[in-house]
Amino acid sequence: MRAVRRTLRTPLGAAAAILLAIVLLTAVFAPILWGEQAAVVDTDDILAGPSPEHPIGTDGLGRDLLLRVLVATRLSVSLALVATLVAVTAGLVLGVAPLLLGRAGRAVTWFVGIAVAFPGLLLALFFAVIFGTGWLGATLAIGLAGAPSFARLCQTLVAGVASRDYVAAARVGGIGRFRVLFRHILPNIGEPLIVNATIGAGAALLSFAGLSFLGLGIQPPAYDWGRLMMEGLSGIYLNPLAALAPGIAVVIAGLAFNLVGEAAARALGIESTGIVARLAAVQPRRAVGASAPASPDEILAIRDLTVTFPGQEGPVQPVRGVSFSLRRGEVVGIVGESGSGKSLTALAIAQLVEEPGVVDADTLRFVGADLLEGDPADHRRLLGNSLAMVFQDPMTSFNPTKRMGGQLAEVATHHHGMSRREAHDRAVDRLGAVRITDPERRARQYPHEFSGGMRQRAMIGMGLMGSPKLIIADEPTTALDVTVQQQVLNLLRSIRDDDDVAILLISHDVSVIAEICDRVLVMYAGRIVEDLPVSELSRARHPYTRALLAAVPDMQTDLDRPLATVPGRPVDPAHVPAGCAFAPRCPLADAHCRAVDPDLVPVAPTARVACWHAGEPLPTPVAEVARDTEEVVA
Amino acid sequence: MTSATALPTREARRAGDHRWLRFIARRTGRLLVSLWVLMTAAFLMIHLIPGDPVRVALGPTASAELVEARRRALGLNDPLIVQYIEYFRGVLTGDLGTSIQTGLPVAQTIAQRLPATASLAVLAFVCAVIVSVPIGVAVAVATRRGRARRLELGFASGSIFVSAIPDFLLGVALVSIFGVALGWLPIAGRSGPESYILPVVALSLGPAAVLARIVRVEMLSVLEADFVRTARAKRLPPWRIYLSHALPNAVTATLTLAGLLLSSLVVGTVLVENVFAWPGLGSTIVSSIQTKDYPMAQATVLVYGAGVLIINTIVDAILAMLDPRTTVAEN
Repeated sequence: MRAVRRTLRTPLGAAAAILLAIVLLTAVFAPILWGEQAAVVDTDDILAGPSPEHPIGTDGLGRDLLLRVLVATRLSVSLALVATLVAVTAGLVLGVAPLLLGRAGRAVTWFVGIAVAFPGLLLALFFAVIFGTGWLGATLAIGLAGAPSFARLCQTLVAGVASRDYVAAARVGGIGRFRVLFRHILPNIGEPLIVNATIGAGAALLSFAGLSFLGLGIQPPAYDWGRLMMEGLSGIYLNPLAALAPGIAVVIAGLAFNLVGEAAARALGIESTGIVARLAAVQPRRAVGASAPASPDEILAIRDLTVTFPGQEGPVQPVRGVSFSLRRGEVVGIVGESGSGKSLTALAIAQLVEEPGVVDADTLRFVGADLLEGDPADHRRLLGNSLAMVFQDPMTSFNPTKRMGGQLAEVATHHHGMSRREAHDRAVDRLGAVRITDPERRARQYPHEFSGGMRQRAMIGMGLMGSPKLIIADEPTTALDVTVQQQVLNLLRSIRDDDDVAILLISHDVSVIAEICDRVLVMYAGRIVEDLPVSELSRARHPYTRALLAAVPDMQTDLDRPLATVPGRPVDPAHVPAGCAFAPRCPLADAHCRAVDPDLVPVAPTARVACWHAGEPLPTPVAEVARDTEEVVA
Repeated sequence: MTSATALPTREARRAGDHRWLRFIARRTGRLLVSLWVLMTAAFLMIHLIPGDPVRVALGPTASAELVEARRRALGLNDPLIVQYIEYFRGVLTGDLGTSIQTGLPVAQTIAQRLPATASLAVLAFVCAVIVSVPIGVAVAVATRRGRARRLELGFASGSIFVSAIPDFLLGVALVSIFGVALGWLPIAGRSGPESYILPVVALSLGPAAVLARIVRVEMLSVLEADFVRTARAKRLPPWRIYLSHALPNAVTATLTLAGLLLSSLVVGTVLVENVFAWPGLGSTIVSSIQTKDYPMAQATVLVYGAGVLIINTIVDAILAMLDPRTTVAEN
């Protein structure tokens, strides 16, 4: 079986399987080999401690305890397995009842829902009252006590399978419920059921030991591990091992079942932990004194910014040398496909890239402070007050368990030393500033009581709690409706107009960028390939920029034809081609392009481009090429 | 502040309270239904016993007259529906029947023994939470994003191992180490604060290990959430991000599990009490099953079951208070 093979291949699975095999072999052979010896009474040697003859001592009749522990394996394990079988069978019957019985089945579901709330031991005691003490009563009690949780599991599994298309099709096709159950459903829930039954057997083993320990399970002269523990406890002052040894046997056997089940579950399911990629040694390099002096108007200056992550086959660099600067009140957009490195560039500037990512640059200067050097606490204060972030998804970017006002206010209490009252008033004031009506009431609400657009405006308001010099907005409108997008863009624009705040707007949507920005940076495969004023977009020189623009639908777009796309696939950061990264998708590419990567060089007073064929006419209109391909690129 | 802005605030608060109260009302309804099912099950328990419970209880040597007298005293000769109604009336007025063995009212014995069990369970639960939450948070922070692989491995295997040891075995081990070998602590009975130490440790260690694992897993996923990035973008100090932003969001799953652990811990006292000869309900239920004292067994099962149901309801109510989304999701 697939499951068995996969389980055995993991180290945990193999170890657990060996342990389980030892337990089962002991269960089979110990009574045959030592069954009689374990029953030999020696009245001269009762309640003895460990000796060479009796490694863990003797019981009240002078019988050897080690042998008794080994012999007890069979009864302990086999009764646990029988109890598990009872639990699974009863659980299966209760679990499929909703499917077969219709309305009466719903009552079963309801009843199982109540029964499953009670701990197994309580249910076992309940049934122990009814069935009385002894092996049969205890087996039934533990089996039936385990039934509700198996019933719940079956219900979940059955519901999962029953909603699949082929089962629905079979039912629509007039196939009877029983046939659907046996042909389509049971085969599909068998695997998880067996895995859980294995884990359940471990639990049954412990429960059985518990009942016998209480004197409610196995009765003399028969004995299992729980019974041996109970007898050992009374003599604990004479020989503690008499009680501990059977207990250790219970734990080992219980763990063996448990681990085999867990290993199988892990092998069958999706590997959750995953092997975390090892951090390859990335040596930071720094050119000393390479940075240009800061101009008084400069808000942000970056030179040769890189972001590196460890990968399976060595370090991966999704941002490969980005350089640009921002002046007071300037609105700059970064545009590019998913995976072009635009969001990571934004996070790197904001110092929010987490380990194992490594950020490096020749220059990374924010309002005159070098973020690569100096005291992190100083940087935190500066960034907390002067840099505001607006993230893509306002749904998930607020803490769902805190009131809106509090989330805004903590910026002020923390960075400006305001009292709670002052900070709250400031938060209300800022919510008003981002045009949220009735801000006093809204401040007391939770994020889920806000609409998407309101949340995004509140996020901007949170950035305004300090006195920001730069707002970095990473896809701020992507998750919003078109009309709400407009409100958010208008808000950003008016903040720029009022306070001369610089804005770095990241988007994959050229039309959003064109609407609000002064300048556009076009990113491809972790680099800036073109830098030009928005007013000159129509005269873009890089073939990639031109392809992006051609892909934007406008009022003249012929809706009967397929939407234009940029042909080819975006570059995987782990496999950036040599030469110009865009060459494989570029209609102008030649051998030189594929060999040598062009630098970003000024081509006009306000424009830079990285292309060997900048501005050359395209052989066929990019849009035409695009319409010939089926590939859609986000 | 003008009254125009104060008014909607108060209304909004009242609306929030309202939703919570409705939630609590629904939960209370469910509790009552569950209690009814539990009482019915406890009632039926005696009638499901194969044979005549009184004959089984008194043994084959008891005279037929004695059995008949006891049957009459227990009302077992009445029609089933009459017995059912009588049973309900009795439970609701605090009359849980009379012990077959001692002839004393069952309610009296339970009232005597319940405090010992309840104090043990509550103390053990509090200890488990106090120990596990800081450990879970600390390990989550230390091992996030694949850091400190060795710590992660050690924590995972250690906590799995500890939680695999059944509480009564742990009790036996503790007794033999700290009671017998070292002689530091009393091994049995309830006599002063130090007699609580070993039973509480035996009861709380397993649940603490399970809780610590859950806290870690929950914290790890919360730390990857967008709003944690927002908190970092606000440049809050790390301790504030972990404790004030992340931890409350890990509480829902943690508390749900903690509620389950508490109810299994309450029942787990049965075994631990037997290890430490603790004068609580646990010894009562076991001896009543062994001596076939059915009214006593019936009543103790009822008390444990009711305890579990009430704990679950309280946990749900606390959850709804801490995480306002719970009530919304239900609506």
